[in-house]
Amino acid sequence: MTSDTTHKTASRRAFLKGSLAAGGTLAGAGMARAGDPLITEVQPWAQGFGDPVDETPYGLPIRFESDVVRRNVPWLTADTISSINFTPIHALDGTITPQGCGFERHHSGAIELAKPDYRLMINGLVDQPLVFTYEDLERFPRENHVYFLECAANTGMEWAGAQLNGAQFTHGMIHNMEYTGVPLRTLLEEAGYDVSAKWIYVEGADASSNGRSIPMEKALDDVIVAFKANGEALRKEHGYPVRLVVPGWEGNLWVKWLRRIEVMNQPVESREETSKYTDVLADGTARKFTWVMDAKSVVTAPSPQAPITHGPGPLVITGLAWSGHGRITRVDVSKDGGKTWETARLAREGENKALTRFYLDTDWDGTEMLLQSRAVDETGYVQPTKAQLREVRGLNSVYHNNCIQTWWVKPTGEAENVEVS
Amino acid sequence: MSKFPKTLCIALAGTMIAASAQAGQYGLGRAAAPDEIAAWDLDVAPDGTGLPAGSGSVEEGEQIFSESCAVCHGEFAEGLGNWPMLAGGDGTLANVDPVKTVGSYWPYLSTTWDYIHRSMPFGNAQSLSADEVYAITAYILYSNFLVEDDFVLSRESFGEVEMPNADGFIFDDRAETEYGQWRAEPCMQDCKDLVEITMKATVLDVTPQETTEAAAPQAAPAAASEEATPQATESTPVEASFDPDLAASGEKVFRKCKACHQVGKDAGNRAGPQLNGIVGRAVGAVDDFRYSGAMEKAGGHWDEARLAEFLANPKKAMKGTKMSFAGLKKDADITALTEYLKSVSP
Repeated sequence: MTSDTTHKTASRRAFLKGSLAAGGTLAGAGMARAGDPLITEVQPWAQGFGDPVDETPYGLPIRFESDVVRRNVPWLTADTISSINFTPIHALDGTITPQGCGFERHHSGAIELAKPDYRLMINGLVDQPLVFTYEDLERFPRENHVYFLECAANTGMEWAGAQLNGAQFTHGMIHNMEYTGVPLRTLLEEAGYDVSAKWIYVEGADASSNGRSIPMEKALDDVIVAFKANGEALRKEHGYPVRLVVPGWEGNLWVKWLRRIEVMNQPVESREETSKYTDVLADGTARKFTWVMDAKSVVTAPSPQAPITHGPGPLVITGLAWSGHGRITRVDVSKDGGKTWETARLAREGENKALTRFYLDTDWDGTEMLLQSRAVDETGYVQPTKAQLREVRGLNSVYHNNCIQTWWVKPTGEAENVEVS
Repeated sequence: MSKFPKTLCIALAGTMIAASAQAGQYGLGRAAAPDEIAAWDLDVAPDGTGLPAGSGSVEEGEQIFSESCAVCHGEFAEGLGNWPMLAGGDGTLANVDPVKTVGSYWPYLSTTWDYIHRSMPFGNAQSLSADEVYAITAYILYSNFLVEDDFVLSRESFGEVEMPNADGFIFDDRAETEYGQWRAEPCMQDCKDLVEITMKATVLDVTPQETTEAAAPQAAPAAASEEATPQATESTPVEASFDPDLAASGEKVFRKCKACHQVGKDAGNRAGPQLNGIVGRAVGAVDDFRYSGAMEKAGGHWDEARLAEFLANPKKAMKGTKMSFAGLKKDADITALTEYLKSVSP
């Protein structure tokens, strides 16, 4: 908080040389009475040139944001080929997830499949089995929709107790993008699907194939064969050139590198829908075909990776809410571990099966908080506590943990993942 | 991916357009040819529909499993390290830590056959013949005590196998068991009397650190690898004794290693370090790979004798190694693999 003349004089040359380090140390000196050198002195960026156009033909975030990246938890999986990482939701705002930091989940690595090599087959109970090229797909009428994709295992490591210390790790198996693509219904109609058929089976071109069975009713409802996300081509790690979008349903169904759709009259009972993505209950029986992602929310800041650094006073508490059943209508926030709740402000009206951003603009008195958020969706479903979920399911479900999350915010502003009574 | 579907499609794309019958209103796409459908439509239904002709015995399966699967899943399908267990776990599904294996959990045998056929071995998918898949599946059943050692699995005998957990699954019942009670107006005030912290994530301390420099508790002194590195590249007279034919057969053996190790131009670290120049390389020399403490402390170089000892039985040769590979049983495989590894470079 000091800004004496010695410093000022000494720093001038440093600034002229373009030292940003000095700028960094003074950034907190907003209260300085003697004039902030960042204002009173001519800064290098105000004097010389910045980068010319074409410096980065495809731009990446400025280097100061280099910590806003996907991260994985190495002990979770045997290797990184069949593994997962997490979206840095603690550092993002708004609702659209940039593709470059949207979490990845591969079962046999992210493959490189060029558009000219792309083929999509529709076969099974159809009048005419068809093969489409990428160019074919671009000639069908297409739509744009924003949807969240949540891995069924998101928050799965927290069933037995508070485990990972950060919203990125507890809730980061999620992203939200604007997809451009062709309704699956259009393609099924083009092949002349058998109207009595009850299922489709979808699979990818990678070695895992990640085949999944989907009821025909859903396939005809809102599923999209997508080739763009957030306005640009899908990223390799998200299934370039074509992936399936299955709104509101678990991410494993959103088959990447989509290569085949088979119309069937029964589910295949593939590995991904029997040995995995099934939820073991307390008595040892397991639920299968648990597709819908129930309403859920999390405070993204403050949170363990995004502590309060400014001390008491105005504080923006913010987070994300979503529901696979439709729109989010309300989010409540508690600062005392669920004794009392206040209704947060939604940044925009909730959208169908898409992330909703909420804010609670508050005045922090500097005492500890047990921060929670609770989402309510258009069906009236209220996000449950972990105790409520455990009562029905036990501790071994792995998937579909949509419990209320608690962050213990300490007087220092640091936050920690905790479980409360 | 097998290279055959792609080549086939490209070849057919040109010839089929004129022949296609258009079913839909847009007239886009072309008819799928029968051999194209056969190439991609591989799924097998729970009742065995979709299985190709073929058969394989437990005995044959044991051999193939040992060669192609045991590297990750263990000789007895017990699973190594973090790789999946395929056998055991009988009666554990209601326990604190259920063990979900083919025997204890998987409801349908078709799933096992289909997954092995299509996606295994990891890193070399679609390389097994139908007979080999039948044999491996038979061996996995045997490992789970579900068939006798003289069992032969075939399309015909497929229906005889009973999976213990076939009735262990229910269709999603959340609408009945959960939604009713959670679709209620939530409490806003005085919702509970007491709130206490019952568990903290930092007690477990399993969250990855954002700074990667994190001091590993008993990180071995870097000295061992540092002092060894400089001579690593020059000291081994690789060229003199190189046998290209032997290396070619070693490349086949290397398939067992590919799930965890990469070689060549873009080789990076996976579950194991990249292996470019491993013959003659200092032990534990890849800077950005997190070796076991044992490997870091070992020192010295991977000369052929040391490599052979390690490859024969990694856990015995280097107590504490993270490498979960059970070892190569045949000396000929070790010799061939070593020859192949001599040839790999960035």
